[in-house]
Amino acid sequence: MKSESDTIIDIRGLSFSRGERPIFDGVDIRIPRGKVTAIMGPSGTGKTTLLKLIGGQLRPDRGDILLDDLNVPKLGRRELFEVRERMGMLFQSGALFTDMSVFENVAFPLRVHTELPEEMIRDIVLMKLQAVGLRGARDLMPSELSGGMARRVALARAISLDPDIVMYDEPFTGQDPIAMGVLVNLIRRLNQALGHTSIIVSHDIKETLGIADYIYILSDAKVIASGTPEELADVDSDKVRQFMQGLPDGPVPFHYKAPDYMQDLLGETS
Amino acid sequence: MRMRTVEIGVGAFMLAGIAALIVLALNVSGLNLSEQGGGYKVYARFENIGGLTPRAKVSMSGVQIGQVTNIRIDTRMLMAEVEMEIFDDVDYLTTDSSASILTAGLLGEQYIGIVPGADEEVLGEGDYIEDTQSALVLEELIGKFLFNKVGE
Amino acid sequence: MLNMLQRLGHRTLSRLAALGRASQILFQSLVARPQPLVMLPLVLKQIWFVGVLSLVIIVVSGGFIGMVLGLQGYTILVDYGSEQAVGQMVALSLVRELAPVVAALLFAGRAGSALTAEIGLMKATEQLASLEMIGVDPLRRIIAPRLWAGFVCMPLLAMIFAVVGIWGGSLVAVDWLGIYEGSFWANMQQSVSFYDDVVNGIIKAVCFGIVVTWIAVFQGYDCIPTSEGISQATTRTVVYSSLAVLGLDFVLTALMFGEL
Repeated sequence: MKSESDTIIDIRGLSFSRGERPIFDGVDIRIPRGKVTAIMGPSGTGKTTLLKLIGGQLRPDRGDILLDDLNVPKLGRRELFEVRERMGMLFQSGALFTDMSVFENVAFPLRVHTELPEEMIRDIVLMKLQAVGLRGARDLMPSELSGGMARRVALARAISLDPDIVMYDEPFTGQDPIAMGVLVNLIRRLNQALGHTSIIVSHDIKETLGIADYIYILSDAKVIASGTPEELADVDSDKVRQFMQGLPDGPVPFHYKAPDYMQDLLGETS
Repeated sequence: MRMRTVEIGVGAFMLAGIAALIVLALNVSGLNLSEQGGGYKVYARFENIGGLTPRAKVSMSGVQIGQVTNIRIDTRMLMAEVEMEIFDDVDYLTTDSSASILTAGLLGEQYIGIVPGADEEVLGEGDYIEDTQSALVLEELIGKFLFNKVGE
Repeated sequence: MLNMLQRLGHRTLSRLAALGRASQILFQSLVARPQPLVMLPLVLKQIWFVGVLSLVIIVVSGGFIGMVLGLQGYTILVDYGSEQAVGQMVALSLVRELAPVVAALLFAGRAGSALTAEIGLMKATEQLASLEMIGVDPLRRIIAPRLWAGFVCMPLLAMIFAVVGIWGGSLVAVDWLGIYEGSFWANMQQSVSFYDDVVNGIIKAVCFGIVVTWIAVFQGYDCIPTSEGISQATTRTVVYSSLAVLGLDFVLTALMFGEL
């Protein structure tokens, strides 16, 4: 059990529905400070939605999201603006601003939140780019970057304000092995070097298990398991096991609901 | 470098737009920039105003000296009463001037032509022009022509 | 039967909801503390994309329409012996109707669809969400400059269209068909009134600019963030803008010129 001051984000009783479908139903999650926490689960369980709820882009139907002492859903505009200074988010597609150069993209949060002089901004941007290994690409436009490079620039932008929390939305999806390796390495190194809390949302078992300190598994609007990677390997649950081992059939069935096979073949021919 | 192109382009665009506005104002619509100051109102009654409309020109010897501001029916005399605004600097219209409704060109619009008389006094605010000539109505002309022809 | 009624009701309600959302973003984008230092460069850049880059199609179309007006006008009027009036015909048609309306339609097709596609793509690539997470309101930073640029550019483009059209008409009538230059311009100046015709035309163009830009920006902001969604939104921009311009034109014409 972790003591209170070790938890940076405390989510209690979170409920959120999109139309008819419940995405979260009374979910409790504790994100430990300074560690890499992974939120995992099958596709469509609302993992990205969770990041948006933490960041205040969406409001939950019920429940609290406590960031230290602040309840995010209840914050006013000004306070939300200040809280966002402490968060950095890496979107799935990188989401670089296409009309600005790499340098301008990374400098953007600095220009919005601070009034630092140009020389300082330049130094900070170059440092962040150096950390992700793209200092030489600073004058390129996003359209000239490869997918992997774009994500690294987006990561540099996410950490440009030295946030307390960095959120990664499916960072490993669709990457070639080298880019994947680079990203995994970066996430780990930055987490250790800068001491921030990392929250990774992913469904990529191998990579995530490699760097996560603590894992939550979501399914059907609830948390079905949580723990360190070692603890989860021993969990006695069909759902968890199917997910962790990547079994094609189990609680999440292989076959889409269909009538009896023989009857279907013998019945309608068209 | 790119920002400079944008700024120059936008500046040129705005200039072109304003230039277009000026062209429209002066060359296309003949906006009269030199305000002739105010004017004084003069009235005239006609049997038939034809196609005369408000804002029509009032001119003397072909030069504009005012414009028609209002047209209404004089219920006592059962005639049309035309109100004209004559420019202040036109102060030489004698009280026996005549006003006729004329047509500019073949299909042109109608205007009021004023021919000054020989009186000592001049028209002032609110005066009436007594000597008027109504607009020519085509049917009456044809009627008159045929009548004359029959008479011959 | 019941199904049809239900679908009709559903569609009406969703259109109303869309109108509500559209009004909301219009209000939220425009009504805020002005920040000229930040906004001005953004607006200038948008005026470039929305206005300056539309100049080519506006000038070419204006020129051709003016020339056709001159040609057709002459052909029709010469039967009545009134070919001298071709100048005022071209000018009045352009200034009162064709310049604001056609320029607005072209604007909707070129700039409107570009705005919708751009904003839709920003939504699909999560750039708008990124802005929000960094703490910048995308309505103020992305939408508002584009709205202001559209409002400013539309009347300018309409006036340029009118002037180029009149020049085209004069080219055909005076240089080609031999109308006397003096009477071409004199007749025009006599019958085109600045306040009643030119200013009304400009007012029309301003209204059209507001409507077209608003529709374009809303469709992009509200679209389904997939490639199919963006293409649907772009189509909707062009169709709705065009219909709105034509409908609004009738209303405005009736109001402005109805009593004349």
